[in-house]
Amino acid sequence: MNHAELERAVAEVLGGIAPEADLAGVKPGEDLREALDLDSMDFLNLVIGLHERLGIDIPEADYPKLFSKDGLLAYLAARTGG
Amino acid sequence: MGLFRMPSLGADMEAGTLVEWLVKPGDTVRRGQVVAVVETQKGAIEVECFEEGAVEELLLAPGQKVPVETPMARIRAPGEAPTPAAAAAPPPLAEPVAAPTEAPTVPKPTAPPPPPSLAAGAGPKVSPAARRRALELGVPLDRIHGTGPDGAITVADVEAAARGAAAEAPTPAPAPAGPASPTAEPARAAPRRGFDPAEMRKAIAAAMSRSKREIPHYYLASTVEMARPLAYLETVNRDRPPPERLLPAVLLLKATALALREVPELNGFWVEGGFRPGPGIHLGWAISLRGGGLVAPAIHDVDKRPLSELMAALRDLVQRARTGGLRSSELADATLTITSLGERGAEAVLPVIYPPQVAMVGFGAIVTRPWVDDEGGLVARPVVQVSLAADHRASDGHLGSRLLAAIDDHLQRPESP
Repeated sequence: MNHAELERAVAEVLGGIAPEADLAGVKPGEDLREALDLDSMDFLNLVIGLHERLGIDIPEADYPKLFSKDGLLAYLAARTGG
Repeated sequence: MGLFRMPSLGADMEAGTLVEWLVKPGDTVRRGQVVAVVETQKGAIEVECFEEGAVEELLLAPGQKVPVETPMARIRAPGEAPTPAAAAAPPPLAEPVAAPTEAPTVPKPTAPPPPPSLAAGAGPKVSPAARRRALELGVPLDRIHGTGPDGAITVADVEAAARGAAAEAPTPAPAPAGPASPTAEPARAAPRRGFDPAEMRKAIAAAMSRSKREIPHYYLASTVEMARPLAYLETVNRDRPPPERLLPAVLLLKATALALREVPELNGFWVEGGFRPGPGIHLGWAISLRGGGLVAPAIHDVDKRPLSELMAALRDLVQRARTGGLRSSELADATLTITSLGERGAEAVLPVIYPPQVAMVGFGAIVTRPWVDDEGGLVARPVVQVSLAADHRASDGHLGSRLLAAIDDHLQRPESP
């Protein structure tokens, strides 16, 4: 999966959690949780959605790598081999 | 003959609007079955029936707004003879607020078209955005082919289905009994499945004003060290796939329930000048809604259920609170409410009790702070501020202190709840 495909996947998973969330409007280094007002339940649902959608394991210890948008996309790219 | 009435879903509810019947005359209903969807200030609620038997007659039509306690349907108990047709015209049971139902020739401009299937869990997976779009366009969800993960219905699927329906069916049979074509005035005709922030604000204002007017609150707070519970979660979650992982919230929930077993005087209601114990430990969980507002549906029998099950219940509850689909028992049954501010929240909260409950427990964010350990050394530890607001008519601070100590005690033993 390329960067654009991954970003689309993340946006779709987010759409089911926070329908009004605008991933495109988040700056690369910004904390997604702050920018999109995600609480820990929302964040867990994001991880679950990506786990199911992309078929990858995301250990809890890796969560901090997923807090920023570019960190998240880089992590997913590495995990999906893209 | 039993009457199914508009339920009171909390101290702040005065009236509700019937959105949809999920049963029809002749259907057999059992206790706990969802039989109708009712619009309240807190959004659309799935209303459960507490009668057993057969639906004899529906007394309300979708779109009608009636006060709490107004009969909505007649339920015939098992074994009871059907009411003869001649006797079927009872004295008016109560005059609904809106127009009577008996005149089918009268156009009902406010009556929404039969909404798409609403039963949660019954149909395919649907994203909240897609659900909303389906309602706007008046497309029944069960006629949409989902192309998302696991066949989930996406917004695009809804729009494709709406276009297809318009193109293929010049005279679409717009679902039974729907006077208005769903496509004619989608914006006006679509029932609100979500909630109206202004209405919810009014409901919160009413309940909180009553609380502060009537309840002499007292407040207590303690700091609880969270190193052990968080280490427990880390260990448990390491071996679990994401859908089975636990959040700290579930430990806070369970510990509060177990503490209430030891201090049952704080689990229940203040009614008619006295304390009435709760029939179980059913804990309301305050959920903030996107777009503003708050709802605190109950999780039943928290003290008796394992952590994994409670976590699933909590996730399901948050999802349904935000998309619509809470059940009447969840809104009516809480015996004590918890507010947990979450990881990005403030460090401490002094809660406002939800009447007629007699106490509320609050948890601030889990934060790392200086802590003096058992050897007297200063260390950095994760801690959480646990607070209690309690009704001084029903209890005193001594009892409240015992509850906070018991919560701490149970949090330190997460593996043996």
